[in-house]
Amino acid sequence: MTEIIIPAIFSCISSFFTVYFVTPPLIRLLIKKNFTVRDVNKKGEVMVARPGGLVIILGIMSSEIILYAFFQNPEILSIMSVTFLSFLIGYVDDRKVLGGWFKPIALALAATPIIFLGTYDSNLAFPIFGVVNIPILYFAIILLMIPITGNTINSIDVLNGVASGFMVVASFALSAALFILGNYEIMLTSLTLGFVSLAFYKFHKIPSKIFPGDSGALALGGMYGAIAIVGHVEIIAAVALLPAVVNSFLFLSSMKKIVEHRQIKGKPVEHTEDLKLKATLDKTAPITLVRLILAKSPMTEKQVVNEILKLAIFSGMLAVVTAFLMRVEL
Amino acid sequence: MRFALVGFLFVMWILMLIGGGIIVAVLGPISLLGDSSFPWFVSSGIKAAFAISLVIIWIFILFKVKNWIFTKELNF
Repeated sequence: MTEIIIPAIFSCISSFFTVYFVTPPLIRLLIKKNFTVRDVNKKGEVMVARPGGLVIILGIMSSEIILYAFFQNPEILSIMSVTFLSFLIGYVDDRKVLGGWFKPIALALAATPIIFLGTYDSNLAFPIFGVVNIPILYFAIILLMIPITGNTINSIDVLNGVASGFMVVASFALSAALFILGNYEIMLTSLTLGFVSLAFYKFHKIPSKIFPGDSGALALGGMYGAIAIVGHVEIIAAVALLPAVVNSFLFLSSMKKIVEHRQIKGKPVEHTEDLKLKATLDKTAPITLVRLILAKSPMTEKQVVNEILKLAIFSGMLAVVTAFLMRVEL
Repeated sequence: MRFALVGFLFVMWILMLIGGGIIVAVLGPISLLGDSSFPWFVSSGIKAAFAISLVIIWIFILFKVKNWIFTKELNF
């Protein structure tokens, strides 16, 4: 246990403070270069810097390099590779408008380092019932996991602080699960993801000073998916991500196809005169988590974000319970 | 609405546990081709097809649960 404490301290400090100190100058640079977008939920023309993915990937890479220097573990190398490729795909999407299918296919390709480096185990572990060996199907799981986690985090990034706040909860829950299961090296990787998200949340929370953009959301989601596969905690990771999965499920089940947000005509949410968020009655608009939360009555953006984060905490607790159930066998 | 959402998350979690149980306890041990000379990947492929079918059934169940939980409270 003592051999992981020093790398834990170095990597967590590096991940948190890299993002904490580099984000303010990045915000100034992005504003100066006119890389800003309007925050549609604020009064007037409030422009916010984007993409924050640049600082997120910097924080992740700095801490992962430290962990790799300590452990020389190919599993860490494969998580780094998947995360960096996911970031690049997101960055391309930040700069150019791409089709709805581009991201899922490109993210599936981003998962290939896990296969090439052989950092997976085709035994899929389920709580209570044990493991099942699925050599063929597991390839499909690897190729599906990164697009699912990447796009899931990307699609929940609709309000100030949701994507980063959600990742704080999910990655700390996943870290706790990895600790319970005794997978300490990957637990440290997951911890750094939590600290990167936490530092970014400081600038992303209401009122946002920077948005992560597709590059940030896909880097966070891609890394989360890679940790799930490499750490053999696929089911636990899915449980911790349930509110975001529900959001994607509701979206897809109402739209019946994969579409980019830009292509949607009906608005799921609109504003009241006092700038609260309100669910629309538009039948053509997708059903989303935010729309469901607002179904009963209008709320402020902050109230909706709090509701989502409470759901994330509930799922995080379910994930930890699932980790304990992994140790129980019938 | 918060309780409905929490309930929906809980149902999803239970479905995941049950689905895992079916895959591990039922699908995993089945020897579809006995000890015949069929290559292992044929058996594995058939099991994979069953598992994918299970996922589709689960999505269908979730769809129904979603409608049951939310439709009575929503107008959209």
